[in-house]
Amino acid sequence: MKQWKNFTKGFIKDNPVYILLLGLCPALGVTTSAFNGLGMGLATTFVLLGSNTVVSIIKNLIPNKVRIPSFIVVIASFVTIVQLTMEAYMPDLFESLGLFIPLIVVNCLVMGRAEAFASKNNIGSSIVDAMGMGLGFTLALTMLGGVREILGAYSIFGIQLIPGVTDGMLVFVLAPGAFIGMGYLIILFNYLKKKTA
Amino acid sequence: MEYFAIIIGAIFVNNIVLAQFLGICPYIGVSAKVSTSVGMSGAVLFVMTLATIVTFLIYNYVLEPFNITYLQTISYILVISSLVQMVEIILKKVSPELYQALGIFLPLITTNCAIMGVALLTIQNEFTLLQGVVFAISHAAGFALAIILFAGIREHMELMDLPKAMRGAPAALVVAGILALAFMGFAGLV
Repeated sequence: MKQWKNFTKGFIKDNPVYILLLGLCPALGVTTSAFNGLGMGLATTFVLLGSNTVVSIIKNLIPNKVRIPSFIVVIASFVTIVQLTMEAYMPDLFESLGLFIPLIVVNCLVMGRAEAFASKNNIGSSIVDAMGMGLGFTLALTMLGGVREILGAYSIFGIQLIPGVTDGMLVFVLAPGAFIGMGYLIILFNYLKKKTA
Repeated sequence: MEYFAIIIGAIFVNNIVLAQFLGICPYIGVSAKVSTSVGMSGAVLFVMTLATIVTFLIYNYVLEPFNITYLQTISYILVISSLVQMVEIILKKVSPELYQALGIFLPLITTNCAIMGVALLTIQNEFTLLQGVVFAISHAAGFALAIILFAGIREHMELMDLPKAMRGAPAALVVAGILALAFMGFAGLV
């Protein structure tokens, strides 16, 4: 029961993007479509899972003073793994996510979970925490991507909603739509949080 | 002419915050007052220029000759975070006034993706060192422009009677969206 709570807290109550406002750069930058949001979310989840696992294993070996640089090296290694794997197997997605893949390393969400959770808890809870937070992040990005794709191109995951109509409200695919869409989704999540609390 | 295109492109057309979504955390986080956002812009200008120079040298004289460019991400983040620490220590000794002004913003900058983003973009665009420096300074100027404008608007928003749900982050993001819309007017300038 405790683990279940630990797992689901990332979805609404402590949603990393809409409630905690962490990792806003990739959330705004890559979500031009639902698919890109999903890809970025899963890439971040993988890094989070890897770094949380390793950090919780080595937490007793690292001297307290150098823990932040050590965490950064662990995170950066997993980011490099994602970067090279994605470039090899999913070149299209890699192209459209671009700069934001190497920038997972400075995503405050990953660092935040390593510092606030994995360095204090055992490996089991750390993995559960990483899964929950990662999926919450994925959910957030897919939702923002979905909203922008539906309004901006009248499609979802590349499937046209209205046959023959392709030019939606372009502003939602461009930069301003990301900010405005995010603003309204924050309101929605604050409402949901209040409802479920 | 080529430098002119880099400068205008970085400040207005591809504004680092409003068009490229880098450095959103400080943009939302420390933009409540104009004075703090000026301090943050100063720190960003300082660190961004230094980090771009150092990472440029590392890429071209260490990573590429030894054929280990896959270590780019790891080496950059380590260099940037140690650079920030070093700058902090040196500033404390050499110029206490500047340290007073920038002090609290420096540690925040390590996790600012704008710094790392500009360092990566400099390599991606295959700039020379001088072009890279100009690129970094104009991106920092673009950041300053965006955050100071935004802080000015937010100071006025304090007095507005917004619906309760909109207060804080949601209103800030919608305003940022409108600001981004305004900056889109610069598209196609260069």
